[in-house]
Amino acid sequence: MSNANQAMAARYKNNFLKEIEEQAEMGEWVKMCMQCGVCSGSCPTNFHSGWEHPPQEIFMMIRAGKREEVLTSPSMWMCTSCYNCYVRCPRKLPITHIMHGIAEYAYRLGLAPKMQPTLHLSQTFWRNCTKTGRVNEVKLTQALYFKDGFMAGIKKGLEMKDVALGLIKAKRLNILEALGFGHKCKDQQGIQKMLAKARELEAKRKNRQVTA
Amino acid sequence: MARKEYAFYPGCSSQKGASASNYLTSVESMCKTLDIKITEIPDWNCCGASISYAEAGELPRHVMNARNFALAEQHLPGQDIVATCAACWLGARESKERLEHNSVLMADTQEALKEAGLQIKAIPEIKHMVEVLIEDLGYDELKKPVKKPLEGMKFAGYVGCQTNRPFGIHGESFENPVYLDKLIETVGGEAVPYDQKVTCCGGALAFSEPDKAQAQIKDIIESAYDNGAEMLVTPCPLCQANTEIYQSQINKKYGTKFNMPVLYYSQLMVLAYGGTAKEAGLDGNVIRARKLEEFAAK
Repeated sequence: MSNANQAMAARYKNNFLKEIEEQAEMGEWVKMCMQCGVCSGSCPTNFHSGWEHPPQEIFMMIRAGKREEVLTSPSMWMCTSCYNCYVRCPRKLPITHIMHGIAEYAYRLGLAPKMQPTLHLSQTFWRNCTKTGRVNEVKLTQALYFKDGFMAGIKKGLEMKDVALGLIKAKRLNILEALGFGHKCKDQQGIQKMLAKARELEAKRKNRQVTA
Repeated sequence: MARKEYAFYPGCSSQKGASASNYLTSVESMCKTLDIKITEIPDWNCCGASISYAEAGELPRHVMNARNFALAEQHLPGQDIVATCAACWLGARESKERLEHNSVLMADTQEALKEAGLQIKAIPEIKHMVEVLIEDLGYDELKKPVKKPLEGMKFAGYVGCQTNRPFGIHGESFENPVYLDKLIETVGGEAVPYDQKVTCCGGALAFSEPDKAQAQIKDIIESAYDNGAEMLVTPCPLCQANTEIYQSQINKKYGTKFNMPVLYYSQLMVLAYGGTAKEAGLDGNVIRARKLEEFAAK
């Protein structure tokens, strides 16, 4: 068990609902779910593999105190941010954001599934875009392809060769970005200081250790 | 003076050489014809998109958007912000809403912004370019400059998710929004009815879960073909890229023969306003829209 996980498990003892309400973004909404299942029927990644528990099941499991099962589940990571569940929920729960919030919390505790591809994408994207203030699309793609090692990256690159060539031809992919050229903000220092402060304040508000 | 002025937030994908650079080309040309002045927010930054939720957390995400609000307020006072990307618009609007309704979050945001020498007084309104077109100008105004209606061409208006949910365009239904169909008809094209208009393309999961995303994209393109569409039209850079660039992979995987061009609404408008293929950014389409290239040359 990671230290953060141990500390939180000890702090909230047998009250997992309270833990989610206080620690996960929008977690205070979980108790409002009436188990109708519209969210599950509206999810585009439903019926695909990896979708262990639909949102309304996750919500009931939280109330039932199934801490380990919820926080280690791959389910939340299947969210495409399409907001179908969000607009259809008859009780107006911001389900998309609740799923994001639970996923983020599981990640902070070190309980998210290892090598989860969407978690990896989230990490890579945020680090990429905050480094200079703007996304470097080429470096982003490279980091994603080479996630499983060098050879796997080359193989993936070859599979996607035609897609990349098409984009280069259409002037929608600037390979010079690989060398650090491309778009960036001028006040990168200000952005770094601002984000460091934001992380500090967020940790303080949630009574957690500062991460990253 | 232009009839409307906006603080422009192009977003990372719409820059020169980036994956939606042809969107920017066509938007600039469209705005020129419509006498809309868009001024880039100086030194704007990434909105974080939806996908950064896990690594970013809550406050850092809002702070990134807040920086853009503060810069817009400072340099372009009194102007609404207009975004062309669905995710930029959604991210910015979500941050605006959260900050305005949560004084703790707002106070923390101000403290973080101070580190970059910025502050927020009042967050400007945040609009998607589509809202500028249909709410601030209106369909009648959009129709006036049409010189070459796109007669006899059939388009599937692919609205997708993030200009439609959770905020949506005012007065539209989440299940069957019609604004894109109306835009197509405004420039003389035919908007075909089809059942995948608001299906998700997979969004960022096209990278992390390609099989799932491509299954969805296949449904969208297939339905467009089945209902007689020749081209897809979208208001979102990620919808555009996902539904266009993966068609070859889908063909390999499913044995389909998809080859459907995917356009931005702004490209259609530029062409109908008499613009050239270059002004419409048609050279930026990976699946070339031959019919429109010929139309532009006429």
